[in-house]
Amino acid sequence: MAKLLALLLGLVLAGAVLAKEAPTVAADPVLEKRVMALAVELRCLVCQNQTIADSHAELAVDLRNQIREKLKEGMNEAQIIDYMVARYGDFVRYRPPVKATTAPLWFGPFALLLAALAGLFYYIVRRRRSAPAQELSEEEQLRVRSLLEAPEERP
Amino acid sequence: MLRARFLIPLVVFAVMVVFLGVGLKLDPREVPSPLIDKPAPPFTLAQLHAPEKTFSQKDMLGKVWMLNVWASWCVACREEHPHLVALSRTGVVPIYGLNYKDERADGIAWLARFGNPYQLSAYDRDGRIGIDYGVYGVPETYVIDKAGVIRYKRIGIVDPEIIRDKILPLVKELNRNG
Repeated sequence: MAKLLALLLGLVLAGAVLAKEAPTVAADPVLEKRVMALAVELRCLVCQNQTIADSHAELAVDLRNQIREKLKEGMNEAQIIDYMVARYGDFVRYRPPVKATTAPLWFGPFALLLAALAGLFYYIVRRRRSAPAQELSEEEQLRVRSLLEAPEERP
Repeated sequence: MLRARFLIPLVVFAVMVVFLGVGLKLDPREVPSPLIDKPAPPFTLAQLHAPEKTFSQKDMLGKVWMLNVWASWCVACREEHPHLVALSRTGVVPIYGLNYKDERADGIAWLARFGNPYQLSAYDRDGRIGIDYGVYGVPETYVIDKAGVIRYKRIGIVDPEIIRDKILPLVKELNRNG
């Protein structure tokens, strides 16, 4: 039993050792942080729904290295984003810029919401108009009262 | 009035069909390239077959030419290759290769096996120039005019239809316009 436990413990620990992340290329943690901050802003075009921070595709690794080098050369974040956009287009950015071609993307959802609200409003108003609350006539009032006050009939 | 209301789901369905249909036709890999109508990014690389010699995009000023990014590890390139070989035989447009992230020996062996449509290939071992050209899926093909401006980019395989409908007319026009 003790042996089995030791074996299990060993396996668990081995897993922990394997799961440790590979050391980053730059020894400088501040630089590495900046690289990763930029990498999550950029789309990996090989595997389009991942950022180049998430992706293990070779191109993503290359691009991370490229970012690291450019930062070392003293380029700032905005310049590096521009550098990437100049090569891969706006699509490389996870947060697309607001401009004429991306306007539907930015404002489309709000336009749809407004249209839906307007539709709802129109529908409610029309329903109210088509069925306005009506006063009961005297006759009806009497009938209501008699029905309410009548002793309950039991079969 | 009531009858019109029954048509609403049908209309919604029709709109969805149109959107989904268009979505099927769109290829998400075809990202519009910002490099169109921009000068070809500068490079000077060793040649694949002659490491001591270099090739630069500047060497091609004054000519209309095609740059094709390829690699021996790229499966789609193998499919594309015969079309490039056929195009090179016509001699209409000189094709230059950019051997992308490849082993030199592998690249040379690949061309020996499948035929070499290229005037020469530049050797981009670490993919640095590929990044400058916005390469993310090999093969990619560029048509560059006499002033060194990229006029056309194809991401993915160049097939006979594209050669006939896009590349040949463009090359003709670019050659005519001096």
